[in-house]
Amino acid sequence: MDIGRYSGILKYVVKSIIKIISLLIAVSILSFVLVSASPVDPVRAYIGEVGMANMSVENLAKLEAYFGINTPPIERYWNWFTGFVQGDMGSSLLYRQPVASVIHVKFMNSMVLMTTAWIFSGLLGFLFGIIAGLYRGRWIDKAIKGYSLLIASMPTFWLALVLVMIFSVWLQILPIGLSVPIGVNAAEVSILDSIKHLILPALTLSVIGIANITLHTREKMIDIMGEDYILFAKARGKSNLSIIRHHALRNILLPAITLQFASISEIFGGSVLVEQVFSYPGLGKAAVSAGLSGDAPLLLGIAVISAALVFFGNLVANLLYGIVDPRIRRGSAYE
Amino acid sequence: MTCMNHKHILQIKNLSVTFTQYEQGLRKTDLRVIRNLNVSVGEGELVAVVGSSGSGKSLLAHAILGILPQNCDAEGNIWFQEELLSPERIKELRGKKIVLVPQSVNYLDPLEKVGKQVRKEQNEKSLRRKQEELFDFYKLPQKTADLYPFELSGGMARRVLLTTAMMESPRLIIADEPTPGLHLEAAKKAMSHFREFADKGNGVLLITHDIELALEVADRIAVFYAGTTVEEAPVADFQSVDTLRHPYTKALWRALPQHGFHPFPGNQPYAKDMPNGCPFGPRCPQLTSECEGNIQEQTIRFGRVRCIHAK
Ligand SMILES: Nc1ncnc2c1ncn2[C@@H]1O[C@H](COP(=O)(O)OP(=O)(O)O)[C@@H](O)[C@H]1O
Ligand SMILES: [Mg+2]
Repeated sequence: MDIGRYSGILKYVVKSIIKIISLLIAVSILSFVLVSASPVDPVRAYIGEVGMANMSVENLAKLEAYFGINTPPIERYWNWFTGFVQGDMGSSLLYRQPVASVIHVKFMNSMVLMTTAWIFSGLLGFLFGIIAGLYRGRWIDKAIKGYSLLIASMPTFWLALVLVMIFSVWLQILPIGLSVPIGVNAAEVSILDSIKHLILPALTLSVIGIANITLHTREKMIDIMGEDYILFAKARGKSNLSIIRHHALRNILLPAITLQFASISEIFGGSVLVEQVFSYPGLGKAAVSAGLSGDAPLLLGIAVISAALVFFGNLVANLLYGIVDPRIRRGSAYE
Repeated sequence: MTCMNHKHILQIKNLSVTFTQYEQGLRKTDLRVIRNLNVSVGEGELVAVVGSSGSGKSLLAHAILGILPQNCDAEGNIWFQEELLSPERIKELRGKKIVLVPQSVNYLDPLEKVGKQVRKEQNEKSLRRKQEELFDFYKLPQKTADLYPFELSGGMARRVLLTTAMMESPRLIIADEPTPGLHLEAAKKAMSHFREFADKGNGVLLITHDIELALEVADRIAVFYAGTTVEEAPVADFQSVDTLRHPYTKALWRALPQHGFHPFPGNQPYAKDMPNGCPFGPRCPQLTSECEGNIQEQTIRFGRVRCIHAK
């Protein structure tokens, strides 16, 4: 084995990871500043107005100490940071559980939702985009493009409400929200129930994602079909099918990879809204709750984990690029 | 050479190529980049189309092959072996009887290995053999087949492009600036290959901005200026400035090193601000008011010229 061939990639990965770590530190500082500067008083948010009035001064002081109100912000951040580095993400004030276990549960819920949406929007968006780009200006392109523009300009929550109206209110075939039926013991929830509760949020998220990926893929496809190498392939008498198979698809794969992995962050953003609308107990909903109640440890934990995922997605995209694109693979453009 | 009584392989009459553009989103403008172009290639003939950069040479090649961009329309008539071509017919002929040697390495798919592209993704033994022979002929190492276009040097890319054309058994080769980047020896080799190909009764349309190269190998030269052929002349007429017909051709002739390197001022007009009548008018020493009218092509001494003052 010749290590030299891979040293470029290795260097690139190490460099990227260093970059990711410094970005994550920046994200955590930024989130921390935002929570600290937020006008929400975590104690007040936690026990409510009535509770505040009935609270004895001693108990209030205890709670404030628990929430770390009187510790200077820099010290608080430092405490959090040193804990985090040692694998302790602190305790969620809101859930009264270690942040790690809260995130673990929510993350699993969100992952199911987002992965479904990611795969669906990726595959369908890619397919629609290619078709629209190939048949540019024809009715099928107009239909796909019109649909995508419509969806892309629609607010997420609105689309979610429309879908709820159709499937839950009129057709009554899907539940309105949550991830499990109301009033059923957690142990008795069947997989079918879970899937049923997943469909609407996943559908909303996918539909939005498809529009975006379709429009971008279409643009790229149109660009590629105007490239000189496509012209030359035509001039050499190749059939349309052969041109698409050997040249167009190969070349659209690169931007498609970038798009697909860049869409992770969009799906993440979308999931915050979608989970809110459907009361789906995922990471996005937890983030909103954490923000509203000033639960700094949880919010920081979620911010860092989601940012890590997005950055990691980008790293994977770039590595895939290297595998697909000979100019990078053989030209060691990783330097 | 009396090419006049040969059969035509390619004949183009009144070709115009127009781009439709949208300015500032809404206003539609038509940009005529080629107008009323006539050119022909007879059996056994190598015709050079000579013109400076931006005069529409590549578009001429693309128009013949029916590969103009979407927002671009061609009008006029093209005959191949005396048969008037329809868009459907050209689709059948291109890549088989009419081949293109494109202008740059950008015409190769950056993500496909060179060998596979040369063979059009076919893998038959006979094709592999032919490819190997051609690589030998053009002094390309056999392992070039396993390279990607970005790994080729400029000269190698040229030779690969030439190879793609020779893989077929065409009647007409359209070569769009095939020599820049080639060593003198390789360029000569390519030219002599074209010459031999033509001598077997085929046709070559050699597109170039290099008039000296054209004079060396061509039978006839079509001088291209701002989207039209201003003169079509047998190569022998370039022996002396007096046998040439158009003032632009004469200016080109005087600008050659062996004829004194006389530069002539000005640039060819861009399609957007084309003068009335003769496109060369603004730079022409013989300009008169009649030059702003319609200029008909006339035949003088086995050559054709688009100038009312030509003798
Ligand atoms: N896609 C396009 N849209 C508008 N104008 C174009 C386009 N492609 C080429 N042209 C114009 O057509 C003219 C001829 O181009 P081309 O055939 O490439 O010239 P040449 O090969 O002689 O250098 C140029 O002036 C160029 O600006
Ligand atoms: Mg050109």
